[in-house]
This record gives sequence, structure tokens and C-alpha cells, in this order.
Amino acid sequence: MDDQDHGRGGPALSVHGLSKRFGNRVAFEDVSFEVGRGEVFGFLGPNGAGKTTTVRTLGTLITPTSGSAEIAGIPLVPQNAERIRRRISIMPESPGLYLRLSVAENLECFADLYRTPDPRERIARALRTVDLADRADDVCASLSKGLRQRVALARALLSDPQILFLDEPTAGLDPVATRAVHELIDRLRRRGVTIFLTTHRLEEAERLCDRVAILNTTLRTIGRPGELRDQLFAKSLTVTTLAPLPDPDHIFADLPAVDGWHPDGSCGYILAVSDPAVAAPAATRALVGAGADVLSISSLHHSLQDVYLELVGTDTPADEQAGRR
Amino acid sequence: MSMSSRRIRAIVRKELREYRRTPSIVVTMAIIPLIFLVQPLVVVLGLTASSAGPLAHEHVLLYLLGIPALVPVLIAAYAVAGERQQGTLEPLLTTPIRREELLLGKALASLLPSAAVAYAVYAVFIACVELFADPAVASALLQWPQILAQVLFTPLIATWSIWAGMGISAKFTDVRVSQQLGLLAGLPTVALTSLIAFDVIHPTPGRALALVAALLLLDGLGWRIVSAVFDRERLITGTR
Ligand SMILES: Nc1ncnc2c1ncn2[C@@H]1O[C@H](COP(=O)(O)OP(=O)(O)OP(=O)(O)O)[C@@H](O)[C@H]1O
Ligand SMILES: [Mg+2]
Repeated sequence: MDDQDHGRGGPALSVHGLSKRFGNRVAFEDVSFEVGRGEVFGFLGPNGAGKTTTVRTLGTLITPTSGSAEIAGIPLVPQNAERIRRRISIMPESPGLYLRLSVAENLECFADLYRTPDPRERIARALRTVDLADRADDVCASLSKGLRQRVALARALLSDPQILFLDEPTAGLDPVATRAVHELIDRLRRRGVTIFLTTHRLEEAERLCDRVAILNTTLRTIGRPGELRDQLFAKSLTVTTLAPLPDPDHIFADLPAVDGWHPDGSCGYILAVSDPAVAAPAATRALVGAGADVLSISSLHHSLQDVYLELVGTDTPADEQAGRR
Repeated sequence: MSMSSRRIRAIVRKELREYRRTPSIVVTMAIIPLIFLVQPLVVVLGLTASSAGPLAHEHVLLYLLGIPALVPVLIAAYAVAGERQQGTLEPLLTTPIRREELLLGKALASLLPSAAVAYAVYAVFIACVELFADPAVASALLQWPQILAQVLFTPLIATWSIWAGMGISAKFTDVRVSQQLGLLAGLPTVALTSLIAFDVIHPTPGRALALVAALLLLDGLGWRIVSAVFDRERLITGTR
């Protein structure tokens, strides 16, 4: 069929009002977003938020209760499931390897299931990519958790997917292995693979993802990590002086780009600013002019973690919430 | 869309590798045939020429058809429930494999070793009878129509047992439960072959042909029914 042309140029994923319910338990509800081709998209959320269920739904394993989606330009309906599955691959939450088979035997089976051309070469390449070339003949039961995870990753790479779903790929990995996975994701991004990454690691999402969505049964927010920070937190400068200022109001009142201030301890001041690049030099000049001894002026840096905790930390746990509906 | 023989072969190869390395399956494949082999062999080897007459009316050889009725049902009962229990079903179902391909691959993988074991047991039985039984008993026992029926019915019965076991396996999560139910499902076939073996149901060429037709029908139907019962979502989430 028109395998090549399908959805050229359109988004890799587009999801409209998608919901999934198990009986009367809501796994996720009214989720809409788009992911561009070649984008690394982070999907964050607390335990039970519906991340895995979303991946399974987009991966055609379970049917949504309502809403629609297009995967690689193909409408997500049961009769398209096989075509969709040919273009994606999923690394599930648990590796699910055949433990009695060797690493190479596991990969061989999946290379055949995807009908990849030149399977030997593909398998060797995938194993090199996850740095497991020397463990090809090991029985999977003898591998550690982290190594099994890497075999699962290699398995997901065999078919050269357009869209790669990674469900918590670095859960349980040591720092070196985690960095290796991060570098791999970077390389895949350069090759133009679209990556849908669910994770609990906020620094991971911040470092790797072009955009992130935060889910807690419903979608709470979506955007570039930097944008989310700016949307949620007023920008601010913290000023620390050696001694308390005699008349801070007088100093901070008429500064350009400063909207207000409040004290932070006896010698600290937090200025709400619209543009730190304008406010910081002006504040410095005013403080020096007033004869104050300035210890530091810095713009307060909010991390994605602050955004996440702000949005999710005050929620009721996703499970209770879903149960109540 | 046509079926991919490469995918079916991939499943067969993977299953056979797993079976070889799964002690419980190897034991199943060894024990049941032994049980079916030893009892008739002990009886037959103890017979004297005088009992050859009544023996001609029994079809002891057909009793061995219990092997293709029971061995594959136990292996097939493991096929889906086992994958589910190991957590390997999800990655498998994310590939482009179609359920008909998956089920056919698994069925072939259960059929090949079961049929091989069954034929091996027949060969051992026949060899023992030829070598060690009284010649009159041997010639009363080993009749060509029976040996032919044996060869012909083995894959037909095994295939039916496989679909029964696989259907149960797709419905029940627990491997043990599904194997026990599988055994139950295999019993009617054993009962039928035993009734024929002991001449309660007298085998005639007509009845044999009818049975072949019925089994072919059941085997084709079994594939359809199991494919219909096989529901990705239910298998993965345990709901629906
Ligand atoms: N098969 C199922 N049957 C019933 N409820 C389910 C099923 N699978 C998931 N759920 C419920 O749907 C909600 C979302 O689950 P899901 O596994 O998608 O969460 P998650 O975001 O992946 O969590 P985690 O971070 O722990 O992996 C949870 O309340 C969960 O209990
Ligand atoms: Mg999850």
C-alpha cells in the first residue's frame, strides 16, 4: 500500500480528546496533543497517571473508550492496527524477554516478526548501539535488570521505527547506563526518529525533551520545559546585602522592569521582574548609588521539577481521583 | 492481506527453543507417552498364542492414540497463558504479527514435537511386539489398517487437542489452571479412542472416514474459534 507517502510532513502523533476507562476507573481522560516528526516528547506524570495506558492505546494494544488519534499519519482504528504497528516500536515498562533464550535468539525472533531485511546485520547493529555486542550468546535469565532493559531497547530498535515509544527506559539503570540511554536518544533524534518518552525523572525530561506534557489522568500542561517554567513562575531576582537596607522601598520602587518586591530574611529581597536582563543592571546601579554592600544578585532559577510539583504535587493522587469519578 | 510464513517460522523456532529448555514441558512429553506405552506392552508381552484369537477383535494399537490427544493439549495450554505469566506477551503483541499467524505458529510448534513423540512411541511399541511377543499375538495385533489409522489420526487428533488447549490458554491467566482444564478437554478424545480400541465402538472404514471428516472440520473450526477468542486487550490488561 501507500506505506511511504502516508502522513509525510504531518505530525508524527496527533491525539484528540482521547480517553480510556477500565470499567468505571478512568485511566486517562480527554487527552489531546500533537508530536512533530523527529521530536522528542516527554510524557510526565505520577504513578497511576495513565502514562502506560496512553502508550498502550497509541500502540494499538488497547482500544480507546473515546476520542481519536493518528499515528504516523494513520488513523487509530482497529483495522489499521497492523499497519501502525509496522511503523512504531514500543519498549514496554518491563522488558518481557524470553529468559530461556539467548540475547541473540530473542532479537532474531523479533527481527523476523518485523520482517526486517538483513536481520543479522540489524541485530549486530542494535547490540552495538546498546553496548551489548559481547553478550549476544548469554541466556537472558543470566542478565541483570539493567542489562535486560538494554536488550529490550535493542529489540525496539531492530525495526528502524518511525516512532519509538519508551516507557520509563531508564528506570532502575545506573548512572553510566542512564547516560548511555540519553546519548542514544540524542543520536536517534539526529536520525529523525520521533520519540515518545514517559519518565519520572524530571532532569531527564528537561535535558532530552523538546517538549513535555504533564499528565495526571487529564493533561495538565504541555510545552517546552523553559516555557512551562516561565508560564508558571513569575520571574524574579534575589538580592542579598551585607546589612539590612534602611529604605528598600525607595531603592526598588521606580526601577525599570521591576513590578514589586518583598523581603526574604533580614538581608534578602526578592524582586518580581518582567525582564531580568533590564532589571538586574538597574537594581545593581541603584543599590550601589544608595551605598549598600551587595553580596549577590541572581535570577531565581526554577526547574522543571518546580513546575511538576506545582502542577501535580497539590493534586489528589491520580488513583483516588479516578476512583471518585 | 496474506500471512507471513517468516513470522510463523519465527514463532515456531522460538517456541521449540523454549520447550527444549523448559523442564516441565520435557517431562510432560516424556511421562504421558511412557504411561500409555508401558501398560499395553506389559499386557501384550505376557500373552500366549492361545489368546491371539480374541485379540484380533481388539485394536490395542489404537489405544496409543491417547498420546496425541493428551500431550499437545498440555503444551498448547501453556502457549498463551505461559507468555502472559512471563510478561512476554506484551512485547510480542506490539509487533505487526497477526493473531492468526501467532496462533498457527504456536499450534505448529505444539504439533511437531507431539507428533514426533507419538510416532516414536508407536515405533517402539511395534518393534517390541515384533521382537518379544508371541508371533501369533504379534500378527493378531499388528494389522495394516490399524497402523495406517494410527499414522493418519495422530496429527488430526493432536491438532484438535491443540486448539482446545490454546483456546483455554487464551481465556485463563494461570498456566496450571489452563493445563488442568486442558487435560479435561483431552479426555473425551481419549475415551473415544479407547472405546474404539476395545471394540465397544467397532471401527469400520466408513466410520473412519466420517471421523476424518469430522476432525478436519473441527481442526479448521478450532483455528477460527481460537482466533476469535484471542483478544489483545483482554490478554494484556486482564479486563474485558
Ligand atoms: N488493566 C487495568 N485494569 C484496570 N485498571 C487499570 C488497568 N491498567 C491500568 N489501570 C488503571 O489506570 C490508571 C493508569 O494506569 P497506568 O499504568 O497507565 O499509570 P502510569 O502513569 O503508567 O503509572 P506508573 O508511573 O506507575 O507506571 C491507574 O489508576 C491504574 O490502576
Ligand atoms: Mg507506567
